[in-house]
Amino acid sequence: MTIVRALALVLVAGLAAAPSALAQISDGIIKIGILNDQSSLYADLGGAGSVVAARMAVEDFGADKKGLKVEFVSADHQNKADVGSQIARQWYDTDKVDVIVDVPNSGVALALTQITKEKGKAMLVSGAATADLTGKACTPNTIHWTYDTWALANGTGNAVVKTGGDTWFFLTSDYAFGHALERDVEAVVLKNGAKVLGKVRHPLNTQDFSSFLLQTQASKAKIIGLANAGGDTTNAIKQGAEFGIVKGGQNFAGLLVFLTDVHALGLPTAQGLIFTETFYWDANEQTRAFAKRFAPRDRGIHPTMVHAGVYAAVTHYLKAVEALKSDDGTKVIAKMKEMPTDDPLFGKGTVRADGRKVHPAYLFEVKKPNESKGPWDYYNLRATIPTEQAFRPLDQGDCPLVKK
Amino acid sequence: MTTQALFGQLLIGLINGAFYALLSLGLAVIFGLLNIINFAHGALYMMGAFVAYFLLQWAGLGYWWALLVAPIVVALVGTVLERTMLRWLYHLDHLYGLLLTFGIALVIEGLFRNEFGSSGLPYSIPDALRGSYNLGFMFLPTYRAWVVVFSLVVCLTTWYVIERTRLGAYLRAATENPTLVQAFGINVPRMITLTYGFGVGLAALAGVLAAPIYQVNPLMGANMIIVVFAVVVIGGMGSIMGSIVTGFALGIVEGLTKVFYPEASSTVIFVIMALVLFVRPAGLFGRTA
Repeated sequence: MTIVRALALVLVAGLAAAPSALAQISDGIIKIGILNDQSSLYADLGGAGSVVAARMAVEDFGADKKGLKVEFVSADHQNKADVGSQIARQWYDTDKVDVIVDVPNSGVALALTQITKEKGKAMLVSGAATADLTGKACTPNTIHWTYDTWALANGTGNAVVKTGGDTWFFLTSDYAFGHALERDVEAVVLKNGAKVLGKVRHPLNTQDFSSFLLQTQASKAKIIGLANAGGDTTNAIKQGAEFGIVKGGQNFAGLLVFLTDVHALGLPTAQGLIFTETFYWDANEQTRAFAKRFAPRDRGIHPTMVHAGVYAAVTHYLKAVEALKSDDGTKVIAKMKEMPTDDPLFGKGTVRADGRKVHPAYLFEVKKPNESKGPWDYYNLRATIPTEQAFRPLDQGDCPLVKK
Repeated sequence: MTTQALFGQLLIGLINGAFYALLSLGLAVIFGLLNIINFAHGALYMMGAFVAYFLLQWAGLGYWWALLVAPIVVALVGTVLERTMLRWLYHLDHLYGLLLTFGIALVIEGLFRNEFGSSGLPYSIPDALRGSYNLGFMFLPTYRAWVVVFSLVVCLTTWYVIERTRLGAYLRAATENPTLVQAFGINVPRMITLTYGFGVGLAALAGVLAAPIYQVNPLMGANMIIVVFAVVVIGGMGSIMGSIVTGFALGIVEGLTKVFYPEASSTVIFVIMALVLFVRPAGLFGRTA
């Protein structure tokens, strides 16, 4: 055999010995798409930070060393379900994206969960809130990671009623998320024997709450439940201070508050707010170490629970893909439900049959200005809600995947 | 809905109307006198609020200084924009000015959002204006009362200067027939630059007024600008008094909508705009070109 032929044979043999682990991963690449609000009221609690979190998850997993090729794309869904759907379809059909991550804004998430099921891909929701994602809208292709409206209602709703908040008035964001949160909190409030005196709905991304705040004042309810998030919550609280809501004897219950909201409000305005979250960067050594690496990559913003959820979900996803040696959406999600989870941010946990990831929830209270040692040092832990009680019981969700 | 509660809502509507009036005044001045559709108005309003925030953070200068300094700083930025970019478009169709200013707005907002995020920064109400008046039917925050009074004064002064003084007359003449006015020895290009700067300064002033009550936020302009344009279109694109009156009136209409059907409160102004355009295409106070 001539030298050239010998060399050619060696070359072919070498190529044939290429890692066959990639043989079943679609076109050999795991493509992760981060879809969220990057320019509007939810951009700081997720946004570019979620992309950072996903990248950190892939780096920490050591994808390169394990021979897994991972690529990222990201886009801004502008809080519009039609824009989000169009991007998702294009990603799934043309750009060969295997999994879509984050998806805040419950309206967008509900639209995308159907599309993901249709295409047999995977979706890991961290940002969206509606508990319907693991309830009547559950699919075998979606996992709802960080939190949901039921957990918030159970944590905050119970706590506030027990401290004497027996009359409520809801200020609700007029779309899927607001309605879901209002419904879940109202159920908890009524179950505890308190009364709901009224509700008012406001458009998403409202600048001026003065008119709505006037109505909440007229109701004389002790607690004003803010069934909204991001910029809407901070605007309502800030303007509430102007109208003397708290001085008049009423209190705000922030039903969904993120670290970035407290930062935007400042401690003098936010102090004393009580709410439920499932992650805080200053909780233990591991979360602190994560925050220390995360912050410089996201303009100094410390990780919110949404960022932590993206990190943990992507980590668990990669473990499942590695074990299955495939990135077929439906199969990977099933594998993720089979495998117990373990990551430095949420600790050990499981993913249930309805797609709900469960872990403990925490009741936090915002520190007074003199209690804080510096920026982002904002929370005191008031209570821990154990995993078994934190989320809606499996049999109460009307999820078709759960066998009765 | 008791009459008491209704009065409260009307008053709130009036206060919002003051913002709309002030912002649409700047737009009307710029369009009426310069024929530029200034889409950058919202971004410049936002810059006014940010300059107020910076003055406090970096120079320790409070609200009252900001009211004076911020409009001047942003007006300077406006004049630079006008000198370097806008003046090449005066002889062209309106749409080019719209495209250019829209692009400028996107760039400015993108830069600020990149740097400061979208959650907003805190800016507190000055001590002299804290507290509220107990009017019986509602508690009126002192600061909001100040906003209405101050806006009214500024709006009426501007209208007076433009419609009733010689300087205003020169301005109006210069835009109708620049060559003739220049032949009289008046420096027309400089007047035009100063007018644009003034319109921009009005936007920045509205920004400083807004900083303590809305979040100082790169998105604040984008949220306002579309409504303000609707106000100017309803009032009549060239009419100064039209934009002032319409601003206040629409603030009240929006306030009432928030009471009776709050879900429609962000669309009612556009519905009215559509109706007005059917009946009077030049706007309520406008003169057909």
